[in-house]
Amino acid sequence: MSSQPDQQWIDLLRDNEDEVIEAWTAAAEASLAGRMTGGDLANDIREIYNGLLAGEGSETDIRSSVYDGLRALLNDLGRTRARQGFSPTEAATSIFALKQVLLDLLGRRGDLGAYRAFAKLSIIVDDLGLYMLETYANARETVIAQQAETLLELSTPVVKLWDNIVALPLVGTLDSARTQVVMEALLQALVDTGSEHAIIDITGVPAVDTQVAQHLLKTVQAARLLGAECIVSGIRPQIAQTVVALGIEFGDIHTKANLSDAMLLAMRRSGLDIVGRS
Amino acid sequence: MDRIPILRIGEMLLVSIQVDLQDHTALMLQDDLSNRIVETGAKGVLIDISALEIVDSFIGRMISTTAAVSRVLDAETVVVGMQPAVAITLVELGLTLSGVRTALDVDRGLRMLRDSVEIPVVGRGVSPDDGRAD
Repeated sequence: MSSQPDQQWIDLLRDNEDEVIEAWTAAAEASLAGRMTGGDLANDIREIYNGLLAGEGSETDIRSSVYDGLRALLNDLGRTRARQGFSPTEAATSIFALKQVLLDLLGRRGDLGAYRAFAKLSIIVDDLGLYMLETYANARETVIAQQAETLLELSTPVVKLWDNIVALPLVGTLDSARTQVVMEALLQALVDTGSEHAIIDITGVPAVDTQVAQHLLKTVQAARLLGAECIVSGIRPQIAQTVVALGIEFGDIHTKANLSDAMLLAMRRSGLDIVGRS
Repeated sequence: MDRIPILRIGEMLLVSIQVDLQDHTALMLQDDLSNRIVETGAKGVLIDISALEIVDSFIGRMISTTAAVSRVLDAETVVVGMQPAVAITLVELGLTLSGVRTALDVDRGLRMLRDSVEIPVVGRGVSPDDGRAD
């Protein structure tokens, strides 16, 4: 529990409510560069203000239960700001602006005792700002994670080339997370279409190291367990050299330089021949 | 106690696993199957695991062992209908079932066996092409 003189800041807020809110809104609006309407902002700020007053000045730790409502509000604001594309500075400045407003107010009064109250309040405001930033960062991370997931799904199309033959054109770097998705998509497509031949085209894979090769081998082995054969195609000259230099063994997996050769092989294996007319 | 049925189709045996395999059921199956191969003189064994959704290293090894045992008894084994999730698990476990033949479904498995298994003696009055898919 804080002692009486420490609670002066709450009186300071209470006595000058309208004046402070107005100045605070103006300051916050300037930092948000007109991307939010004044009305919404004034509402947000009034709610934060009420949240602060709810503590009755007895607590300076914003994680205490009297500030539950205030924290929920900041969570909400932090998330919204992140979604709306405000920068971290812009998001935090709308909170920190309160300090400048109060400092101006006190400066006009010239009351020394009130400065001590301000210092106290200042700590709370800093905490509030940091708390909101934390939520902001979390919300951003969520958005990034969602986008990464979408990208994963977008990047694994399995196309049917012919009866019995599917192709998987891979574009971009292969890591373990992506290999997992690729493997699942390919195997599911093999089962769904009842295809016995799969062509994995790695023309769009920038580099093949031991790990990528390992992932490819696993995919081929899993396809074999289902009863399908894989052909790896689209191996560029540099990649062939790297693979040999690294001592990677593709074993009995068929590799072809390009997709058309691979398709020809797959058709041969399923008993088809392409014959020119006449 | 659950027993996995073993059906005879001509020269072949069909084992269709429709429940999640317990360890003891799997061992019993291995026992039953080897007995049946000897009894019937089957030349091919088809193990349909399309309903199997969960495998562990034990079941994986058991499939591989069963295939090896059948081969020793001169019966070609084809594992058919493996689920993608099961295949991924087996590969992650390092069980690639080398030496076991696989097919996408029973139909293809049957064709595969018919193509590879030689049935040397053909009864009179029955055309050798009878019952062949292609």
